[in-house]
Amino acid sequence: MAEPIIEVADLWFSFNGHPVLREVNLTVPPGDFLVLIGPNGGGKTTLLKLMLGLLEPDRGVIRLFGQRPEKAAQRIGYVPQNVQINKTFPISVRDVVLMGRLRTGKLWSRYTRADRIAAQDALEKMRVWEYRDRRIGELSGGQLQRVFIARALVSAPDALFLDEAMASIDAQSRREFYETMKELNRSVTIVAVSHDLMILSSQVKSVACVNQQLHYHDSGEITEEMLDAAYHCPVELIAHGLPHRVLSRHEAS
Amino acid sequence: MIGEALQLEFVRNALAAGLLVSVVCGVIGTLVVVNRIVFLAGGIAHAAYGGIGLAFFMGWPYAVGTIGFSVLSAGLMAAVTLKAKHRADAMVGVIWALGMAVGIILLDLTPGYSVDLMSFLFGSILTVTAADLWQMGGAGIVVLLVVTYYYNDFLAMSYDDEFARLRNVPVTFLYCLLLGMIAISVVMIIRVVGLILVIALLTIPPFIAEKFTGSLRAMMTVSSLLSGLFTIAGLWLSYLLNLTAGATIILVAAGGFLLATLWFEISRRRGGHRRPDTASYR
Repeated sequence: MAEPIIEVADLWFSFNGHPVLREVNLTVPPGDFLVLIGPNGGGKTTLLKLMLGLLEPDRGVIRLFGQRPEKAAQRIGYVPQNVQINKTFPISVRDVVLMGRLRTGKLWSRYTRADRIAAQDALEKMRVWEYRDRRIGELSGGQLQRVFIARALVSAPDALFLDEAMASIDAQSRREFYETMKELNRSVTIVAVSHDLMILSSQVKSVACVNQQLHYHDSGEITEEMLDAAYHCPVELIAHGLPHRVLSRHEAS
Repeated sequence: MIGEALQLEFVRNALAAGLLVSVVCGVIGTLVVVNRIVFLAGGIAHAAYGGIGLAFFMGWPYAVGTIGFSVLSAGLMAAVTLKAKHRADAMVGVIWALGMAVGIILLDLTPGYSVDLMSFLFGSILTVTAADLWQMGGAGIVVLLVVTYYYNDFLAMSYDDEFARLRNVPVTFLYCLLLGMIAISVVMIIRVVGLILVIALLTIPPFIAEKFTGSLRAMMTVSSLLSGLFTIAGLWLSYLLNLTAGATIILVAAGGFLLATLWFEISRRRGGHRRPDTASYR
């Protein structure tokens, strides 16, 4: 079997003395499209940041490509939850994407020709090349989202991490987004966090519910047991056609 | 009349000091504004007063005491703000006040003390010597070299520090380096406008420049130019009207800020400012 992209073993994490994650075990094989779902405050984003090496676990082991996360930094791409940060910042779309090409020892403020070509490729791939010289604050939510995905892809990563990628896109753009993800998933392993169950489209290959503990399901569906365990409330599953839909029934009760 | 003023060595020195400080102000002020650490920079500036007190008490040269003390307080603030981010502002406030109090007490304890306090509070640009100019020039070159060397890293840290960390940018080191450079800049700026007005010269030009520029590099350049313009205009006005130089420079800067804001708002209302393209992928 191929070497797993991500391995998490017996992971524990607490914040200010409050347990956030406990006994988390997870193995992500190459080519997977894993979605982490779960209630707000359940620890999805925390788990993602632990996997990226942005947080240190209390206990347990995290390996990306068999290495410590910070050693694997050049092989991963990351799209953060809030793409609306720093909207007044004087920076062009192109310079935001070039940021993805930063690596240790690249100083005297120089990007190489290869960096610039990679940035153009990523911007064209995400269909935002025409906005390259715009100030970042002039873009709409959907355009911003694409620029941030381009920034994550510009280093040609083997794994892509998305945190609440749907938060700033409207419904119409979602199908386009899924198409892009589907295409990317041919060569890139994807891990996406979503509190929006709608993300579970036909492209998703596995699902994990995170609510302090992690419940893993190796197909793109959620089982009722997983939702019970994760949400501790009755949830109704509706699945018809593609993409699958999963709706919750919170307000009624 | 201007030619007559330029005959005087102290006027020439004042102009040179103003221009040197403007370059540093533009570059460091830009980083201060985009990183939202204006309050912290104010803390370093005021804590530097402790250094002035220390220099007089120990009989050291003024620059040694102030640079030492502001680098020390900058280090303390770096440690505090990195450790307890949510309490950072309160801690900065404490260090701010503590530094000033130490300065005042040390001056109390200095025998035969008779220094003009006002010159530190409001600047003493008209007493800048050639030796001061060499010090300022040296500090300015160091700041420019460091910022050029780490430009992309500073840009990434300022825009999105989390992503910068993920790209192995040494964010913590750069943050400490930035605070150190603020400390050195603050000591230079105190000569020109005094410690009470440091914040104004450090933030007004970048704040104007931010509205009209599209990159951090351009923001630094425009800030430096604006800062130079305000300094020269302020000096000239203070000479003409016989006013305190530092305060006049800040008044000119504030006037510039008001005009720039008005102009920006008017041109935006008229639609002269480019709106986001919303045709596709909205």
